[in-house]
Amino acid sequence: MFRVTRRYEFSASHRLHAAGLSEEENRRLYGKCNHPYGHGHNYVVEVSARGPVDGATGRAVDTVLLDEMVARQVLDRFEHRNLNAQVAPFERVVPTSENLGVEICRSLKAHWKETFPGEWPKLEKIRIAETPRNIFEIRTDEIE
Amino acid sequence: MVITRKVEFSASHVCRNPQLSEPENRRLFGLAANPHGHGHNYVVEVSLAGDPDPVTGMVLDLKDLKEVLNREVVEPYDHRFLNYEVPPFDRVIPTTENIARDIWRRLEPHLNRGGPKLHSVRVYETPDLYVDYFGDETCSG
Repeated sequence: MFRVTRRYEFSASHRLHAAGLSEEENRRLYGKCNHPYGHGHNYVVEVSARGPVDGATGRAVDTVLLDEMVARQVLDRFEHRNLNAQVAPFERVVPTSENLGVEICRSLKAHWKETFPGEWPKLEKIRIAETPRNIFEIRTDEIE
Repeated sequence: MVITRKVEFSASHVCRNPQLSEPENRRLFGLAANPHGHGHNYVVEVSLAGDPDPVTGMVLDLKDLKEVLNREVVEPYDHRFLNYEVPPFDRVIPTTENIARDIWRRLEPHLNRGGPKLHSVRVYETPDLYVDYFGDETCSG
């Protein structure tokens, strides 16, 4: 059994501000991340899929197809955007890395079979690093 | 407990299946299908699972693991053209998956001798693509 992981990057801006909390609570909770005009990160996303090796190609995942899918579902939507202003659902969902990870995982899972209609490979997990020190991981079986 | 040791080697390879057409090879493998070959600085992380020895406090002496990795992996692979110089890649396409499996097969007889067990072999072809191999378990779940 193999797990193949591919690493991608995008740069985007965001502001952490929870609509249900007061200005003071938001400042206390999110600190610098609540500054009103937002700020940006170079995000790193790792996409992992599992499967056996295909006899003809020697590979468990066709990375050309995976790259095209991730470009379509993630990079084209997120690259050089203001997440709060330009990328659904972050006009109403706080764009924390947890929520970014959930959205990326959800989106890849929802469209997975269009690119990989067979039993294998299976999407296993997403890892997103907001900075090299803050890393978030979510498995596909944790979301709808 | 899982312990990991990392080694590196540099090698060249070509990814093509001679039974497929040129456009199919280009579609599947992209630039890696270039028949003249190209190279990578591969990074290999070998992980073993076991309990610390009550006397030494170690799962395995990492000096011993380093010797095995150098002898069984780095020496045969480093600065070689895998397709021409390192069996089984004269007949098996040297994809990252197949390299991970070959490294597992080279290491297993030297590591699984009671005590800690080989847990996974991770091979980075580049910082943007890596493969974890967990042995020939059945593909369930």
